[in-house]
Amino acid sequence: MKLKLHVWRQNGPNDQGKLETIDAPNVSPDQSFLEMLDDVNQALALEGKDVIAFDHDCREGICGMCSQVINGVPHGGQDRTTVCQLHMRKFKDGDEIFIEPWKARAFPVIKDLVVDRNGLERIMQAGGYTSCHTGGVADGNALPIGKPEADYAMDAAECIGCGACVASCPNSSAMLYTGAKVAQLAVLPQGKIEAAKRVMAMTEAAKENGFGNCSNHYECQASCPKGVDVKFISKLNREYMKALVK
Amino acid sequence: MILDGKCPTGPIETSWDRHRFESKLVNPANKRKYKVLCVGTGLAGGAAAASLGELGYQVEAFCYQDSARRAHSIAAQGGINAAKNYPNDGDSVYRLFYDTIKGGDFRAREADVWRLAQVSNNIIDQCVAQGVPFARDYAGYLDNRSFGGAQVSRTFYARGQTGQQLLLGAYSALSRQVKAGTVKLFERREMLDLVVVDGVARGITCRNMVNGEIESYWGDAVILATGGYVNVFYLSTNAMGCSVTAAWKAARKGAYMANPCYTQIHPTCIPQHGDQQSKLTLMSESLRNDGRCWVPKKAEDCEKPAADIADEDRDYYLERKYPSFGNLAPRDIASRAAKEQCDDSRGVGPGKRGVYLDFADSINRLSEDTIRERYGNLFEMYEKITDENAYKQPMRIYPAPHYSMGGLWVDYNCMSNVPGLFVLGEANFSVHGANRLGASALMQGLADGYFVIPYTIANYLVTVKPGEVKGDHEAFKQSADEVKANIDKLLSINGTKTPSEFHRELGKIMWENVGMARSDASLNEALKLIPALREEFWKNVKVVGTNEQFNQELENACRLADFFEFAEILTKDALNREESCGGHFRTEHQTDDGEATRNDEDFCYVAAWEFKGVGVEPELHKEPLKFDNVKLAVRSYK
Repeated sequence: MKLKLHVWRQNGPNDQGKLETIDAPNVSPDQSFLEMLDDVNQALALEGKDVIAFDHDCREGICGMCSQVINGVPHGGQDRTTVCQLHMRKFKDGDEIFIEPWKARAFPVIKDLVVDRNGLERIMQAGGYTSCHTGGVADGNALPIGKPEADYAMDAAECIGCGACVASCPNSSAMLYTGAKVAQLAVLPQGKIEAAKRVMAMTEAAKENGFGNCSNHYECQASCPKGVDVKFISKLNREYMKALVK
Repeated sequence: MILDGKCPTGPIETSWDRHRFESKLVNPANKRKYKVLCVGTGLAGGAAAASLGELGYQVEAFCYQDSARRAHSIAAQGGINAAKNYPNDGDSVYRLFYDTIKGGDFRAREADVWRLAQVSNNIIDQCVAQGVPFARDYAGYLDNRSFGGAQVSRTFYARGQTGQQLLLGAYSALSRQVKAGTVKLFERREMLDLVVVDGVARGITCRNMVNGEIESYWGDAVILATGGYVNVFYLSTNAMGCSVTAAWKAARKGAYMANPCYTQIHPTCIPQHGDQQSKLTLMSESLRNDGRCWVPKKAEDCEKPAADIADEDRDYYLERKYPSFGNLAPRDIASRAAKEQCDDSRGVGPGKRGVYLDFADSINRLSEDTIRERYGNLFEMYEKITDENAYKQPMRIYPAPHYSMGGLWVDYNCMSNVPGLFVLGEANFSVHGANRLGASALMQGLADGYFVIPYTIANYLVTVKPGEVKGDHEAFKQSADEVKANIDKLLSINGTKTPSEFHRELGKIMWENVGMARSDASLNEALKLIPALREEFWKNVKVVGTNEQFNQELENACRLADFFEFAEILTKDALNREESCGGHFRTEHQTDDGEATRNDEDFCYVAAWEFKGVGVEPELHKEPLKFDNVKLAVRSYK
């Protein structure tokens, strides 16, 4: 296949940046999207040109490192798929593809398609944990947890922290990301104890780090590579209300 | 030199308890005076940094990713072992210990493995307390599944994402310490040198991957938890950024590299699709619980669709060769068996390098829904990559480099031969011997990080004065200058081949000559090809861009330079080890029916290599292995 790419090039957070058109002349349908970019970069490097910077690591859809907006959609729009798991057979010969970084005020561009997602770290550091020390905990089976609660917690815990929810949201809200962690821990007995404190601290941290609020567009769920459900935003709101009146 | 692992003597059942009691303690008020550097934030590094921070040490943690949550521990799918015996099926600490020693083909230290089995139960408790959503049964208790190399169900799991959930547990503990101010986290940093002063590890030199600054960090102890090295094969199941660099820089500064030839080739990966492939994807070994491996009996059937091949024309080769373990034979054995079938021209799929993993029987027995519940995400991932529906047709799988049992040599305290340098998790060599059993990597990472290093590091710290050598010592400047010079050299060559072209070539040499089957001839061939390619690399690599920018080409070139030096020592170790054991298979040493032949007479030792310079013969140090509790036996899974 022959493709025409329009790639966002930006040299650091203070550079204005622009779309650059680059040809991808020899693309195999079995390649992943990132392998296609590897080939493009190989050609750029041989010409002595600066290669396209993009974050990636595990290339099996679990580390959450890859982060590209493809044709306007974070991760490219295939249901429950990260960029690294998107394959070129989803495109046609002659297609034009627009590739941009996560777009959100809270995610400054480092270079080209690479952004700084440290804001998400600070939300987690504010309270995304149970305050247990290493050692001195009860036997794993001392506290039976109903299968529905365990499954609910697991559904929430599927979040890989990529930030597509923020990138797809018109408000750059991190409420799906925050809600998933709040919900996972609030439904489990070991996390319930600190639920009120946690939801307040994490919500506050999201606000401080430039993330907006949810206004029910549900773009986050649609772009989430793990299909994390917006019901966790409802849970976040409920936990927040409960904490307010506590 | 004969190395001493300093293992406790006496009855093994109480060895760790006695060692803990005999270990030194650092008084709580003094802990905060000590600074510990922890490189890598996967299961081992994340757990260590969090636990040491909780204890009150000042910790600085480093990772090359943009977040501590992204280390490649995250990719482990199947589960984590523990000797809880919840299913009442006969498990015990002793049995986990025994299985791990046997699974490792009698090439690991007994005391280290005992400790691992003993603390395995604490890990499960710890993770539950953190809110890790392990699978549970309808009564609310923790569920277990079985895994290769064991006849009991001792594996705890969280859907197909156990590694991710355990890492998020460690990451949450780490985040809590960052908030508390005991841990400082440095993301997007790559360690490019170990700073050693008078033979003692005193700090590290890093490259800030955002702006290229060369940064120095001092610490009273340095912990490396930097994972494994199988990206030396280029195509592997490791993440793209996994490298030997941190460990190799330590080796260049005097740390011994132990058993580098023990590499694990995982049997269930998605076969390669073409030359432009950048990595191979693992399908959890847990699939072998419900999938049956087969190839057509007749080579002429290989082109036919699987459904057109009658049951009597299929060779369920694992069940045939290993009736008691069947499809759950350990990884090294299952991988070699797959290779044998393909070498016999009975492979399937593109290039005929693949075997079937068939779920039809299990779907008939249990229903498609049950299989979906157990492995849904794996089937989905398989479909995304291959465009095939594994509920309707069998999966195609083939072995791929996956894990390194070898690594930096450490004693029972997890300290290397360089005082002050500790090595945890996959980066050390300690517990898996020549082959790792499934669901044991997660166990080791967390055991080392949560329950070993917090005790053993104190034995060292009490011997040093806190902050005796700080970042203003000239050794740091010297190290930074060397790192800078190396980078400048790479950037100045301006040749005609990119780092990834060289990496592919190195990988090909390694896979073909030092892969699943090795011979004297293939290893000597590799020892000719590797140095020649390395020399070409240093004359002809093209690294675009500058140091003072975000530069992934440069990152790759730096890592590759280390792989070149390391590949040679791996190959030399494979050549030295004139026996077949675990993941190391020498074609000269096999029985008539192709089973590995170990040589306990001459090779029951750990081979620890001392780097003496590029192109200079490394020096071999041996640590003899003693088996007082498990009888050395031929490892049979028949």
